[in-house]
Amino acid sequence: MSETRTTPPTGTPASSKVADRPHGGLGDTLRLWWDALARPTQWLVGSPFIVFIALLPVLNLPVLTTVGTNFGAVMAQFGMYALIAIGLNVVVGQAGLLDLGYVGFYAVGAYTVAILTSPSSPWNQTGDGGWLSRDWAWLAALPIAVAITAMSGLILGSPTLRLRGDYLAIVTLGFGEIVRLLADNLDEVTGGGRGLSQVAYPRIGISEENTNGVFSAGASSGTLNSGVWWYWLSIVLILITLVAVGNLERSRVGRSWVAIREDEDAAEIMGVPTFRFKLWAFVIGASIGGVSGALYAGQVQFVNPTNFNVINSVLFLCAVVLGGQGNKLGVILGAFLIVYLPNFFLGRTELLGIPINGTEIAEFRYLFFGIALMVLMVFRPQGLIPVRQKLLAYGREIYLAARRTARKDAA
Amino acid sequence: MTSHDPGGIGAGAEHDEPYRDTETNFDTGPRETDMPGGGLDEPVSVDVADVHPELADPDVVAEMVAPTRAVQADVGEPILRMQDVTLTFGGLTALDSVTFDIRRGEILGLIGPNGAGKTTCFNAMTGVYRPTSGNVLFDGAALGNRKRHQITQLGIARTFQNIRLFSEMTALENVVVGTDARHRTSVPGALLRSRRHRHEEREGMDRAMALLEFVGVGARATDKARNLSYGEQRRLEIARALATEPKLLCLDEPAAGFNPAEKESLMELIRHIRDDGYTVLLIEHDMRLVRGVTDRIVVLEFGRVIADGTPEQVTTNPAVIAAYLGVPDDATA
Repeated sequence: MSETRTTPPTGTPASSKVADRPHGGLGDTLRLWWDALARPTQWLVGSPFIVFIALLPVLNLPVLTTVGTNFGAVMAQFGMYALIAIGLNVVVGQAGLLDLGYVGFYAVGAYTVAILTSPSSPWNQTGDGGWLSRDWAWLAALPIAVAITAMSGLILGSPTLRLRGDYLAIVTLGFGEIVRLLADNLDEVTGGGRGLSQVAYPRIGISEENTNGVFSAGASSGTLNSGVWWYWLSIVLILITLVAVGNLERSRVGRSWVAIREDEDAAEIMGVPTFRFKLWAFVIGASIGGVSGALYAGQVQFVNPTNFNVINSVLFLCAVVLGGQGNKLGVILGAFLIVYLPNFFLGRTELLGIPINGTEIAEFRYLFFGIALMVLMVFRPQGLIPVRQKLLAYGREIYLAARRTARKDAA
Repeated sequence: MTSHDPGGIGAGAEHDEPYRDTETNFDTGPRETDMPGGGLDEPVSVDVADVHPELADPDVVAEMVAPTRAVQADVGEPILRMQDVTLTFGGLTALDSVTFDIRRGEILGLIGPNGAGKTTCFNAMTGVYRPTSGNVLFDGAALGNRKRHQITQLGIARTFQNIRLFSEMTALENVVVGTDARHRTSVPGALLRSRRHRHEEREGMDRAMALLEFVGVGARATDKARNLSYGEQRRLEIARALATEPKLLCLDEPAAGFNPAEKESLMELIRHIRDDGYTVLLIEHDMRLVRGVTDRIVVLEFGRVIADGTPEQVTTNPAVIAAYLGVPDDATA
């Protein structure tokens, strides 16, 4: 093999130039201020904001509320999508592994819960002789679902993560379809196209009004309906996930992921065990998808294969890309837009005084998301909230130093 | 920086060994109360010297750069031995029974015309290619089927002919990735923020800052790698490679595209690295630089070693002059 001696153009780095504004905008000022805060202070400042987000369906602000569907149910769906976006973000945004079959993990999580707790499943464990109590079945099935999705991530990842780029994307696309087709065709276990019904959910808060507890799909009326409770449950899970993923990001693991995304060969030569960390990214992403699937199965109390179409994978990916690959808050915003916007238009007959056919607009959502993505790719390819990695556990010290330097310069 | 030290690093400044006992300073409480918000409209770059004042002392830097390096007691003994290494790609023989030694504590230059097999040689040493026949012995043991990252952990680090930094990461993070080669925290440790994780994070960051200072890009610590100037990027690559705590550092044309002044300071840096106890293998076309800095030179042509000796021997060798140098003092090659 002959050496090619490239004469590097002096001064210009090889990588493509994405618009990289200097620190200066409002977003950067905010970011720098936030990064310089101590952890406890961040929680103190962040908590009211989280509470506000959690109370959105209760406050039911007229500007935000949805007409066609219950706002609480929409927010519950947002919670699930947010989890998915966070999980997919680990795989796509952090490690740079394009996964087009993420819905497969979502399905595995949902089906694990359903198979374990639905009376129509042959392996139902909630009936007589089962080892899951009826009241706590969902909660007990959740860790099992996570474990099984993690395992499926491992099984899919170990042979396929030797592939790169387009090849990996195609294999994962196949995986998503395989899971769906399995669910469709393994009639004895998954109920085939009929699906599995009466999936367990947490039976908490049983009252005269809600005989099956607040999480039951039956509790659909009023402000505090089941959707709101599922939304709150998903917020708890999202917070736990965010802390976990954040810890990973600011560690050797997160740095390795970004290094792999930037230049896999260079990372390997710098001592990063790339295969192992890619597999970890896959397994962690899969488990988070599994949590979301379990939420879905519990909330809807019914799973069938049509809910796990490939188009959902694309929608998940859309949320990640729209929000900002690699940025956890960004992808949550992306998930919100993906879930909320169609529901905002659904059933609406006028907007700002102009009569519209909202339902029709909602039906064309894929078209609009497609256009939105194209516009985004032209004007803001890094997503709505672009990433600025924090890959150092003690990076705060650097930010403090940055502030000191800035103040010194100002003085 | 006395009144409100940002945690461990500042606190460590009072000690002789800044990165040893920093664990107790983990996660300092709120200290930013005396820092008014806003007022940060200017681009902010952090000079490591601001974070780490004691890095102004070159001795401290040198000590932090290579804390665990093996004492090169047996200087002159071979550290890496290319033993009859042949590498063919289909019908093309890129390396043809290449045999030479790299000795501990020396700077070895590897020169030859374009396409002679210099980079292929590098790739055979770092596990990118496996020799078709022959052996690469490092520290007495054959590299065999070791994966590339395992070879790095054995102690061979390299830079790239065409810069391959992690361009979206900051300069500091790039170097910390290098230090991670010696770290053992994996997902469980990072999730639970284990003691070892915290210790490694501190150690990695401190050493990375010292390394940035060492190669002279300390002032760009928090800038993205792709925003660094070309020369700074080359130096950053060296810092990242040094961060893996190599015994042997391979530099692939580190001075490509440099002007004479930059070349001069690079030579200074390479000598400095050798004096710190590293063994250096250098591929370079600039004969003035090679002659000025190397202890020994190996010349390749068409995948074969045609000369091996001191710079004086090699530059007067008729075969080398015919194959590569032309007129002896021609620096452009």
